[in-house]
Formats: sequence, structure tokens, C-alpha cells
Amino acid sequence: MTDLSMGFRTAFSRVRVSMLAVLAVALFGVAAQPALAKTTAREAEGVSFSFEGPFGVFDQAELQRGYKVYAEVCSACHSMKLLSYRDLAQAGGPFYDPKHPNLPPAQSPYAKAIAAQYKVSDIDHDTGDVIERTATPADHFRAPFPNEYAARAANGGALPPDLSVIARAREGGPAYIYKLLLGYEEPPKGMTVPDGKYYNPYMPGDMGSFWSGPKDKVPEGGFISMAKQLTPDRVQFDDKTPSTAENEAHAVATFLAWAADPHMVERKQTGLAVMLFLLVFTGLTYLSYRQIWRNVAH
Amino acid sequence: MAETAHETHGEEPHRRDFIHIAAMATGAVGVAATVWPFIDQMNPSGDTLALASIEQDISKVTPGQQLVVLWRGKPVFVRHRTPAEIAAAVKDDHADMRDPATDASRTKPGKQEWLILIGVCTHLGCVPSFGTGDYGGWFCPCHGSVYDTAGRIRKGPAPKNLELPDYEFTGPTKVKIG
Amino acid sequence: MSGHSTYEPKTSFERWLDVRLPILRMAHDTAIDFPTPKNLNYWWTFGGILAVCLVIQIVTGLVLAMHYVANAGLAFNSVEHIMRDVNHGWMIRYIHANGASMFFLAVYVHIARGLYYGSYKAPREILWLLGCVIYLLMMATAFMGYVLPWGQMSYYGAVVITNLFSAFDRLIPGVGTAITTWLWGGFAVDNATLNRFFSLHYLLPFMIAGVVGLHIWALHVPGNNNPTGVDVKSKEDTVPFHPYYTVKDAFAILVFLLLFSWFVFFAPEALGHADNQVPANPLVTPIHIVPEWYFLPFYAILRAVPDKLIGVLLMFSAIAMLFLLPWLDTSKVRSMRYRPMARWFFLIFIAATLGLGWCGGKLPDDVVIAVGQDAVSGEPTGFTVVMLSRVLATYYFAYFLLVLPLLGLFEKTLAVPDTISTPVLPKGGASMPTGATASPEKKG
Repeated sequence: MTDLSMGFRTAFSRVRVSMLAVLAVALFGVAAQPALAKTTAREAEGVSFSFEGPFGVFDQAELQRGYKVYAEVCSACHSMKLLSYRDLAQAGGPFYDPKHPNLPPAQSPYAKAIAAQYKVSDIDHDTGDVIERTATPADHFRAPFPNEYAARAANGGALPPDLSVIARAREGGPAYIYKLLLGYEEPPKGMTVPDGKYYNPYMPGDMGSFWSGPKDKVPEGGFISMAKQLTPDRVQFDDKTPSTAENEAHAVATFLAWAADPHMVERKQTGLAVMLFLLVFTGLTYLSYRQIWRNVAH
Repeated sequence: MAETAHETHGEEPHRRDFIHIAAMATGAVGVAATVWPFIDQMNPSGDTLALASIEQDISKVTPGQQLVVLWRGKPVFVRHRTPAEIAAAVKDDHADMRDPATDASRTKPGKQEWLILIGVCTHLGCVPSFGTGDYGGWFCPCHGSVYDTAGRIRKGPAPKNLELPDYEFTGPTKVKIG
Repeated sequence: MSGHSTYEPKTSFERWLDVRLPILRMAHDTAIDFPTPKNLNYWWTFGGILAVCLVIQIVTGLVLAMHYVANAGLAFNSVEHIMRDVNHGWMIRYIHANGASMFFLAVYVHIARGLYYGSYKAPREILWLLGCVIYLLMMATAFMGYVLPWGQMSYYGAVVITNLFSAFDRLIPGVGTAITTWLWGGFAVDNATLNRFFSLHYLLPFMIAGVVGLHIWALHVPGNNNPTGVDVKSKEDTVPFHPYYTVKDAFAILVFLLLFSWFVFFAPEALGHADNQVPANPLVTPIHIVPEWYFLPFYAILRAVPDKLIGVLLMFSAIAMLFLLPWLDTSKVRSMRYRPMARWFFLIFIAATLGLGWCGGKLPDDVVIAVGQDAVSGEPTGFTVVMLSRVLATYYFAYFLLVLPLLGLFEKTLAVPDTISTPVLPKGGASMPTGATASPEKKG
């Protein structure tokens, strides 16, 4: 063994020398790299939701209010392609009816009634023409634009993102959505706001090249192509919840959190059962282990 | 030391065994509970179940013709029967059949001209062809099963009549299947 | 140690089977009656934990493949279909996604244990090399699996990693471009790339399982190393694998599963990136792309060098170090329990690797220790992440190429016990077996 490893060591010594040379170059060679763009955004803090924590659940009334905000405000520009009307009535959803737990979501009267408010395009099987027909619960949410190009054309070149998983697709999730929707501010003096853009400190961005003020006081945040949407009385809630902008934003953030993670409550409840079971099983196995090893000195 | 290390029976055998048995039983429960999600994922998913019912306009099907629509991945025959076809089926109501059924039991009351069936041979699942076979109903090309104008099995290897889907008329010429 | 078999067929069927296919004999000798050092600590349970990880990944992966669609236009939506509509699909996908992280967590502990206790030394070099092969296969599998959801991170992960190979153009012009084109199956990462990655992601786990079989075989020839690093001298140094280590491993596996479940059920996205929930878009790169946490140390080494080719070569060398390790360490003493100096170098090595992981997750120009302020931008200047990466990467390589080869020649080691049982025997060594004082070189 010793001879063998000695042999290898001699063979590798040359390799080692060249590796060290490379390392030396790497460490003390060209050190400066071009400065990277620094993206900043204000931290989304100071908002809480009923579904946080291991025991948190969605507030169904708030989910319904949130759906209303989406349907009446957001859906004018934003699609939710991954959701179907039936999803609204699935267990844990905004329009789930706990009195009929075994009713398939697609048969739910609520899902049917909501779907019936929308027309979706289809093909007439007799004529082959493209037609508009009444949606069914199995249909996906109606998209406001037929394709990405139409969406951009109608929004000054900006594409309103699909909201199906937006609460998972943004750092900060629902808290970020809430803060962003309410966080529009007057641009500080010294900031040039491009046409069709709005300043929002919660939107991640790099303001460096739009800022004429002191270089060490570049404002945090970025530009967003969506104007402020949620204002008091924009959406009238059916359950007499006051139509403040805060309530609207909180409700729609809750709804979007559910839409992005519709099995969240089921997941956490399953998790609690799994953890409890594993704790018991682990305890029993530990006792078994102590029993088996009790006479072995080790 | 060697003796103690390999000693397998000490005092209180019952308590010791109980712990091992309890641990193993718990493990068995855990395995069983874990297996379920892996089996359940093979059941139809939410979007598949949502498509389980369709509405169909049948006003354009003329007597003597049939419309074939896809429902749950299978063909459904919507046959607009002529009076002669109905009469032929009713005449045989009490003939000797493998799976006896009256013609009336296979249609909706007052809608005898509409025969709505799942177009899958009850033998091994092929799709019978329309208007062929000795009884003018359907003939299955795979193994030669012959169905009459009420979709009842009359000859060949199939054990059962063509199945009826759950359906209802939502209008004079509108039918909801499933 | 892999001496004669103690298997005795009990029923007539077992006797019948035993002369035709002695599979029960093999199972008995490897998993039931296998003599195992009695002093293995909990660091040794990670082999069993890793076996469980592999089984979990293969089973959940098979299920996901039943619902997943490997097509650039459909992949993202098919994953969402699994999450929303497939019965328990969310659970199975989250087990698989977090399972990859758990697998790497366990393999890093397993490797670190091998490093500390000298498990790579003779006569276990092949065992160690097979382990390194498994680790390489794991990295390839994890990388390709991460591409499959076809989110932004998936896409740009694939773009960056496949472009690494283009660095070889500097060595032999055209070769790097040829390799990347061949990986892509097109002009860029696209549908063809996704399809071949899916195919290979499905294949590699079974190759891992095969190499794991060899790894276990190579383990059972010399038998387990142990915390003292002293060879087994007599029967009294060992206990049969079952029930002693089956129950100990089971306990450790369950504790590990508690951690695993916490991630799956309560923080399933904690180890992921929000950007991967955005469908792949070849026109826009996310602002801050980082690999999964288990690749971060290598990513930091890659970025530590401003030269593309050298960075790539250094990154691959970092893994190659593990393969060379059995012949780099010159110490005659296996376990660092008896190498006080080596223990310190090892702890610094672990800290350096963790530090590299931290650097890999930061922007290269982030300042670690501020010294001054930039005159123009007012940004703090000083010791940056990339500089720290260089220091740590230097130590990483020095540990393998300088410390281990030289330390074995100069260090002063502690007295190594004659047998595994010695340290735990009562004072005076009452039942010291005769003939157990063979020299430590006997096995070498």
C-alpha cells in the first residue's frame, strides 16, 4: 500500500505544481470585475395572513372577497390560465360547500353559476366556425387577451403576468403582493419616470440610471407598468366588509395565495398527522434500540 | 463480554417483546398509510373528472342515422331510430336472449326514437359498426358480436347488452350525458 | 471478514432455493449476520439513510413520470397539473423535490464522515471511488431533474451548465461548441434538450442503484471502518448487523424523516427559488440566478476565477480531489480521532466548504468586510465575496494537495488502541482476548 501511494504521489506532484500556479493566478490576478446591477426593493413587512404558520387556514369569506377583486379588477388584464371555474368549489376553495363534501367540484352550483357568467371560445362541431359559448366549470378561467401579442399591444408593450402561481413566483409571496398593490408613491425629486411607468418602492428594480440625486441615495424599488388599481370603493364586498384599499389588497393577496397553493391547508394538516406518527414511531424504535443494545459495551 | 453481547434473552421477556412488536406494528401502519397516496394518484385526476359530463345538441340527427360523440374517452352512440327499427326491437322483447331486456327499459319514456348507448362492445371493448349484422343494429368487427336495434346482444361472444350511460334530456333535442 | 457463510436453510424450500440461487444466503450474510464493528456511532447511519433516500426518489419519480409531460410547451403546466389535479400529486412532487435536497444533505454528511474517519484509506479505496462515482451520478441526475419543471431557473440552469462545456474551445477549438450543440440538440436549450434530459434523468437513478450495489459489495469485503479506524481483530469487536444495526439505522432514518417531513409539509418551497415558478422564457434571464444549494460551493469556485476555462477546470478539479484522496493522504493512522492536528485542518476544511456555499449564493461583488467607500457611487468597498471565494477555494485545494500529503509525514499522532474493544473495556482489560495484539499494519 505504501509503495503504491508513494508512486502515485510522485506522479501527481507535477499536477499539483501546475494546479498551484493556476490558484495563484486566480487569487492574485485580475481582481476587478465590472460592477453588477444592484436590484433593490423595500422589504414587504408588517402584514399578516390567516394562513401563516403550521396551523394557519384560509378564511373562506376572504377568499370569496379576493375572488371578487380578481374578477372585477385584475382579470381585465391578468389571466389565470392554470385555474378552472371548478377549482373555486374544490375542498378548501372560495366556494366550497362543506354541507356537500362529496359533490364533485364540477357539479357545484356555485362553480356553474360563476362559469355561466363567462363566454369562452370553442369550435362549432357542425360548421367548424370559431364560436363563443357559455363556459362550464371544467373550463379554464377566461383569459382577457387571446395571446401574448394582444396582451402586450393593449398594455403599452408590457405583458401583464399570469396570476395562477404569482404568490409562489415572487419573493415575499402574498405579503409582497399586498404591499406592491398599496405601495405606489410619488416619485422622489430627481427621479425621471419613463412614459407609461409608475414608481413603486416594493417593485424590485435598479433606479441608478433614472436618478439624478446623490449617488449614495438611490431610491429603492423600481418601475411598474401597472397604475395603482385598488382604491376605496373599487370593489363592493357582498359581506359588508368595508371597501378600503387595504381590505381589497389583503383579500386579493389571500385569494392569489390560495390559487398558487390550493392544497396548502390539506398539506399542513397531513403534515401534522405525519409528524405526530413519526414521533411515536421514532420513540418506540428508540426504546427498541435501547433494549437490543442494553448489554453491549460500546 | 462476548456472552452478554450475543445474549438474546434476559429477564422480563414479555416487556421486551412488547416494545419490538409495537415498533414493528407501528412501522407496518406507516407503510400501509404511505402506500395509499401512491395508489390513489392512479385514480382519475381532478381535470379528468371534471370532463365527466357533456351536453349535446342532437337536433341534426335524422331518423335512421346515428351520431357518435366522445364521452370519457369512449364513443357514445346517439341513434335516431325509424319506426320500423323500434317495431323490430319491441317485437323481440320476449325472444330468447343472453341478457334479456325490453326495448322500453333501454330508452327514456316518450323518447323511444332516441337510443343512447356506450359504443363499446361488452366482449373486449371494440367499437361495433353501425347498421350492420343480422338484426340491423350493430356488428362488432373484432369477434363478431351482433346487436339488435335496441343494442341487445343477439349473437356472438359478448356477454351483455351495450351499456346505457347516465343521461337526461335537458330540452326536446338536447341531451346531457353523464 | 467475508469468511464462511453462517446461513442455514430452515425449510425444504429454502434448501431447494439455496442450491439453485443462493439469494437468501446472500441476504443473510450481508444484512442479517454480517459482523459489524460494535462501536459505530450515528455518523455511520447515513449509509442507511441514503439508501432510503434513493428508494424514495425512485418511487416518487416513477409516479411523477406517469403524469409529467416532457415537452417545452407543456412541461410547466404538467407539473402544475400534478400539483393541483393529480390525487396527492402535490405531496408526491414535494417529496421528490425536497428529497433531492435531503439526499444531498445526507450524502455530504456521509462523505464528511468518510473524510474524518479515514474511510477512504486502504483497503477501502474502491469503496471510496465507487462512492465518488455515485456522487457524480447524483449531481448529474439532480441537475437534469431540476431542468424538468421548465421554469426560469430550470431553463437558465441548463443554459449555464451546458455552456460550461463551451470553455473547452480554448483547449481544442471547436470541441466545446460541438459538445454544447450535442447536449442541446439545437441552437440553444430547447425542446430537444428537455426531452433528452428527461430520458437521462429517468435512467441515471437506476445506474446509481447499480453502483450502490457495487458500493455495498465493496463494503462487505473489508467490512466497515469504525470510529477508531482500528481493524476488527476478533469476534468480540463485532455484533451481527441484525438486529443491532437494523434498529439503530431505523431510529436514525426516522429522525431524518422527521426533518424531511417538516420540509415537505411545512416549508416545501423553502429550498427552491421563486423564479422557478415563472415559465421558462428564452428572452429574459432572471436578475439573480443561483444553482440549488447543494451546488453552491462548486459555483463559488467557478466564479472565483475571472477566466472561463480555468474556472470550469477548477470546478471539475474540486470534485476530482475526492477521487484522488486515497493516494493523497499519507497518514498511517486512519481515524482523525488520533490525529489532533489533522482534526483542526479538517474542521477548517468543513468551514471553508460551507463558506464557499455561502459565497455561491451571493453576488460576486457583494462586500463581506467594508473597508472604504466608492468615491462615485458611495457603495462600500473592501473585501468582496469573490475575494473570499478565492481564499476559501485555495484552502479547499490546499487541504487535499498540501495538508493531507504533508501532515501524514510530520504530524504527531496519539496512541491508537490495539483493538476496537480496548477503549471501552474496564480498566485493566479484564477479558482481553489472546492474540488480539496484532500489529496495525497487518491488514494494509
